[in-house]
Amino acid sequence: MTAATIVARKSYATTTPAYTPAPQGKVSFSFRNVTKQFGAKAVLQGINLEVYEGQFIAVIGKSGCGKSTLLRLLAGLDKPTSGEIVRGAAALDQKRTRIMFQEPRLLPWARVVANVDVGLTGIERGELARKKSLGILAEVGLADRGGEWPSVLSGGQRQRVALARALVGHPSILALDEPLGALDALTRIEMQQLLERIWLEKKFTAVLVTHDVAEAVALADRVIVIDSGRIALDLQIPVERPRRHASPELVIHERQILDKLYNR
Amino acid sequence: MRSALRSFGHSTIGWFLPFLLLAGWEGASRAGLIPANVLPAPTAVGEAFWKLLLSGELVENIRISTLRALSGFAVGGAIGFALGLTNGLSSLSRELTDTTLQMIRNIPHLALIPLVILWFGIDEEAKLFLVALGVFFPIYVNTLLGIQGVDPQLMEMGRIYGMSRTQLFLRVILPGALPSIFVGLRYALGIMWLTLIVAETISASSGLGYMAMQAREFLLIDVVVLSILIYALLGKLADSLARLLERLSLQWHPAFQTA
Ligand SMILES: Nc1ncnc2c1ncn2[C@@H]1O[C@H](COP(=O)(O)OP(=O)(O)O)[C@@H](O)[C@H]1O
Ligand SMILES: [Mg+2]
Repeated sequence: MTAATIVARKSYATTTPAYTPAPQGKVSFSFRNVTKQFGAKAVLQGINLEVYEGQFIAVIGKSGCGKSTLLRLLAGLDKPTSGEIVRGAAALDQKRTRIMFQEPRLLPWARVVANVDVGLTGIERGELARKKSLGILAEVGLADRGGEWPSVLSGGQRQRVALARALVGHPSILALDEPLGALDALTRIEMQQLLERIWLEKKFTAVLVTHDVAEAVALADRVIVIDSGRIALDLQIPVERPRRHASPELVIHERQILDKLYNR
Repeated sequence: MRSALRSFGHSTIGWFLPFLLLAGWEGASRAGLIPANVLPAPTAVGEAFWKLLLSGELVENIRISTLRALSGFAVGGAIGFALGLTNGLSSLSRELTDTTLQMIRNIPHLALIPLVILWFGIDEEAKLFLVALGVFFPIYVNTLLGIQGVDPQLMEMGRIYGMSRTQLFLRVILPGALPSIFVGLRYALGIMWLTLIVAETISASSGLGYMAMQAREFLLIDVVVLSILIYALLGKLADSLARLLERLSLQWHPAFQTA
C-alpha cells in the first residue's frame, strides 16, 4: 500500500457531514469489455467500467489514447466494435445523456436563451421551455445575458451557455470532453468551481475527460487513466468538498496519477 | 453635439463630389464646351424627365421593365435556390447534376441571345428566359456553397439534441447558409438588370431599353442619357433593398453589429 492511499483512507475516515460520497448503489452505466476499432487501428481494447449514479469520474490519458472515443460511445454518437454499454434505468432514454465539447458549439444566429432552448428539443417547448432556459442561465451566472448574441460573450461565458444547454433537460449523465481546455487558467478555475457547485446541486453522473491532472483530482470522486486502449489506473479521490486547489491531499493523488502516466 | 455634427458631415460629404461634377457639367454645357449632341446638360435631361413623366410614358416603361426583371428573377432565383438546396443536402443529387450545371455555367448567357431570338422571337419569353438564366447561377452556386460550408460540428450538435430533419434544416443549415445566399442574391440582382438592359436594347417593343433605342433613332440624346441614369438608379435601389434585408436577417453576424 502506498503512502498516498494511506493518506486517502485517513481523510476518508474523518469526512465531515458536508461530504457524502455517492452511494455505491445504482449503476448509472457500465462498459462491458468494450472495444472500438477504426479500420485496422484498435483504439479501445477491452474497457470494463462500472459507474454509479451521481458519481463524478474523470478520464485521463495521453493525447490520442481514445478518451473522446470513449465519450462518444457513451453518448451514443458511435457504436462499439464489440462488447456492450449497459445503461441504468435513469439513463435508458438517450436524451438523458448529454455531451459537452471543448468548443461551445452555439448557434451564432440564435440569442443566448434560444441556444439554451435547443437543450429542450423534444422535451419542452414554448413559454415553459423559455422559463426553464432562463432559470438555468441564472444558475450558471448569466441571468441577464439571455438576449445577447453568442458572439459578444467571452469564451468562458460561451462555455457556460453550452453547460446550461446541456443541463436544462435534466440529464442523468453529463459527458464532458475537455470542456475547459480552451480557457485561460483563471477562467478555468472559476468554471471548475461552477461545475462542482452545479453537480453537487443536481446530482447527475459526470464523466469528465481532461488532460489536466490537477483539474481531475480537484473535481472527481474517481479518476481513470487510459493507456494503450485499457484502463491502467482506477483511483478513488475521497477528499471532502468543497476542495481547495493544490491542497496537499490533492497533490498526493496528482503525483500518483502522473507517475502512472509516465511509468515512473 | 459634436458627434452628431460629425455623423451629419459623414453622410453629406459623400454627396459633395457628385454635386460638384454635376455643377461642372452644367457649366461646361452652357459655356458650349460640351456640344449638346454629345452630352446634353443636366437641366436638359431634367426637362426630358419631366416631359416623359407627365406623358406617363416613363412610368409605364419603368413598370414594364421592373416587372420583366422581377419575374425573370423569381423564376431563375427559385429554380437556382431549389437546386442549390437539393444539391447541398443530397450528395446523390449533387453527383448527378452538379458537373452538368458547372459546364453550362461556363457559357456566357448573353451569348445565347441569337438562339433565344430564334426560339422565342422578341416576345416576353425571350427576356424572361435570359434574365432567369442569368440569375440562376449565382443563386445556385452560392446556395450550394453556403450549405456545404455549414459547420459540421453544429450539425452534430443539432443531431445530439434530437433535432428532426426539418428542425435541423430551419435552425442550423438555412441560417448557416444565409450569408452566402445573400452574396448570391446581390450578385444576381446586378446580373438581372444587366441582362434586361441588353435584351431590351436588342429586341423589345416596350420598356426602358426600348425607350432608349427609340430615342437614339430620333436623336433624342437627353432621353438616352435619362434611360441610362434610371437604369443606374434602379440597380442601386435593388442593391440597397438587398443590403437592408441582409442587415435585418444577419443581425447575429459580427460584421453587421454596429453597436
Ligand atoms: N472517426 C475516426 N476515424 C478514424 N480514426 C479515428 C476516428 N476518431 C478517432 N480516431 C483515432 O482514434 C484515436 C483516438 O482518438 P480520440 O478518442 O479522439 O483521442 P483523445 O480524445 O484521447 O485524444 C486517434 O488515434 C484517432 O486518430
Ligand atoms: Mg479528444
